[in-house]
This record gives sequence, C-alpha cells and structure tokens, in this order.
Amino acid sequence: MLNRLRDLRDPVHFSFDGVPMQAERGDTLAVALLAAGVNHVRRTGISGAARGPYCLMGVCFECLVTVDGVQNRQACLIEVDDEMDVLSQQGAPSLPMPVDDGEGSKQ
Amino acid sequence: MTVIGGGLVGSAIAWGLARFGVQPLVLDGADLDLRASRANFALVWVQGKGLHAPHYAMWSRKSAEAWPILADALSDDTGLDVGLLQQGAFTFALSDEELDNARADMETIAKETAGGAPAFEVLDGAQTRQRLPHVGTDVVGAIYCAADGHVNALRLFHALHMAMTKRGAAYRPRHAVRTIQPVADGFVLKGDDFSILSHRIVLAAGLDNERLAPMVGLACPLKRSKGQILVTEKCKPFLSCLTATIRQADEGGIMIGDSEETDTSAIAASSEISAVLASRAIRVFPALADLNVVRSWTGFRVKTADGVPIYERSERYPGAFIAACHSGVTLAANHALVVAPQIAASRLDATLSAFSAGRFNVEQTS
Repeated sequence: MLNRLRDLRDPVHFSFDGVPMQAERGDTLAVALLAAGVNHVRRTGISGAARGPYCLMGVCFECLVTVDGVQNRQACLIEVDDEMDVLSQQGAPSLPMPVDDGEGSKQ
Repeated sequence: MTVIGGGLVGSAIAWGLARFGVQPLVLDGADLDLRASRANFALVWVQGKGLHAPHYAMWSRKSAEAWPILADALSDDTGLDVGLLQQGAFTFALSDEELDNARADMETIAKETAGGAPAFEVLDGAQTRQRLPHVGTDVVGAIYCAADGHVNALRLFHALHMAMTKRGAAYRPRHAVRTIQPVADGFVLKGDDFSILSHRIVLAAGLDNERLAPMVGLACPLKRSKGQILVTEKCKPFLSCLTATIRQADEGGIMIGDSEETDTSAIAASSEISAVLASRAIRVFPALADLNVVRSWTGFRVKTADGVPIYERSERYPGAFIAACHSGVTLAANHALVVAPQIAASRLDATLSAFSAGRFNVEQTS
C-alpha cells in the first residue's frame, strides 16, 4: 500500500470500476490507482490470477486496464485525467469484430 | 554417443536415442548463440514443401502424420501437453500472381509425388470469405490443406529436454564444440574448457553444422535466411483457423511472421520488415489493426542451399552422423521416431540417401 507524501494540491477526479477516486494532476494512472489503495487492477487471461502495477515503466504489462472503453491499456504509460472511466481488465481482450464461430475452416 | 546441439533437432534425436537404449551426452551452446529452436513459428507444416524434391514432400507428410504419436509419447514421459492442433491451414494470396504461383507450386508437388503429397484446395476470394468471414477484401484467394497444424513450440522444446533427461541423456549447456578430431576409436570433441572422447557423434548443431561437418568428412552447405516475427498482446480466441503467416498461440498471443532476408547477418529486428509483416497481416485480417504488438524477434533458419534437409552418415568416419534442417518442429516426429532408432543401430536407411549432401557436389574434405 502506497501513501502520498503530500496532500493533493491539484486534484484530478476519475473512477475505477465505478468507484470515484482522486489523484494528483500529472500522476500516471498506475500510480493514481496504487495511491488510491487499489492493489490489483486486472485478472490474467490464462489463470484468472489477480495482478497489479509492477514495473511502472511500460515493460511488464501487469497494469492493464480498460480506459474509456479501450481494453488492455498500460496504466503506467497513461496520465490520469478528469472524468477518466477506468475498469479493471478481466482476462484477455476480445477483438471488436464478429468472432468466427469455428465452422469456417471445416469442410 | 554424443549429440552436438541441444535444439529441437538435437533434443528430438537424443530423446529418440534414449528410447532405444542409447543414453547420449548432449553438448549445447550458450544462450546468446544463434538458436533457430527458440525463434521459430511452431508450425507442423506440409503445404508447399518439397517443390522439385518429392522425397522431402513425402518426408514432411510422414512426420506430420506421426506427430500425434510424438505428442502422446512426450506426454507419457513428461506429463506435458505440447498443444498439438492439426486442423488444416490456409495460405492467403494478396494478388492474382501470388495465388497463381502458390497454385502452380502445389500442382507441381502433387504431380512430382504422383499424388502422394496431402490434398489441397484452391479457393477464390469469395470462397475464402465464405469459410472465414473476417478475412479482408484484399485477399484474392487461398490454398487450404487439411494436413497442416501447429504446436506450442516452447513447450515442445521443454518437453523434449525433460524427456531426454528423464530417459538418461546427459545435457551440458555452454559446451559449444570448437573442433572435432577423428581418432582411432572415435572423435575428440574440444571446446573452450573441455575435451571429450566419443565413439559416435551426431551433428545437430544447427547453423554451426556448416563449420563442423567438414571436420568429419561431411558437408552442410547453408544459405543465409533470417526470419522475423511479431507477437501481439494476448486476446480471446479469434483465429479459429491456422495460416502460414499468422497464428494465434494457445495462450492468446497472435504471431505474425514468415519474412525472409537472405542478405543480412544482423541479429536486430528491422522496423521496415516489421511494417511489411504488420501491413500484410492487417490486409488479411483487418481486425488485427486494433491489437498492440508487444514483442518482435528474429532468428536465422537452418536452411540448406536447396531448402531440403541433410541426413547423412560419414563415409570416411562411419561413427559420425549429421542432421540439418529448417523444419525442426514439423520433422521432430521423424527425428525422434525414425532417424534416432537408425542412428542407435549405427546405420541410415537407404530411403534417406536422397538427403545426403552429396547432391550439392561439394568437395568433402576434412
């Protein structure tokens, strides 16, 4: 659990899974979530394990969230903003297309 | 017996030897050596293989057909499921010329094998989209072959290593063989800080076979062939079909590959090649445009001068065998189930003589 060293000076208001939250303007979304007490932001696509921000520099892909409807965004590479609608990432994203029903390749 | 090389070819042969009562020593290179086995596209593929080399077309078919036996045997030895899926695959054409060339090659292979190569279908654009509704309109047609499939190549590599060790093979990483010296009772294999006497040896050292083979009266002329692969973030199952250049791995990542550069030895990935791979993939499946690429890598294929494998026993030093090929995944079943038992019995079948490097007419000197 992270604690802020200073009180918020220029607060930004966003939501995570519908819960209103505040952060300091300029925070990355990953830091904003950690500082707000969120310790896991997604469930993995394979085992469903809970995961949270880890490397905070764009390489580990553990902090994936859905931001304003776009799935699998790296929270550590996005600056938190007012009105941002953030959802935890549940499993692997699906592509926005009609999923082939599996009959396609059969004879 | 010593197997030089612990990649897919070396470990498949070592495991096969161990199953036939020969417990080999496997000498492998280091992590930074060029390793096709850790860069491949994981296809169990027969479609289009063996143009003007019908024995290779049939050899590929035989291995693809034996793959379920290999997967079961590996599972028995290790408990690992290598994720074999053989449900057919498409090769897409983005121009009429591409389709015509692919069709001509497939027809030639069918003729040269007297119909022995697996059956295929040629589909036009409409037929392709009828089977695969999400294929883009730039696709003018496709070849479909029911015999093709894929595996999880990393798990295959892991399973082969686990299985060979379990059956008594000894694995020594960071043991690159620098020189091989034939002596009266075998071969002296020397590396940076070791010297090993082995009565019989199998060269399965991938790219390094070219350098090692002449030391034991064999030849392995290779040509440069660099491939590059893009991997996207994992996503829900999207590609129910397999294609020559785009596949969704069993854990969700989509791999895009099949580039070939013949004029470079640089290890780094090229952004121009990545751009071409991505652009072609999006023309085939437009929905891929929404996915992020999270990794890319390159590898050098172990490609002989004519693309056909080399299997040979040295005439001058009969204790030395060589196996070199580009398709370490597809041919893994043959290597473990067919080639290894022959090597264990100190011979190679006459049916493999067409794979001898003598076909290149290179001078075989030591």
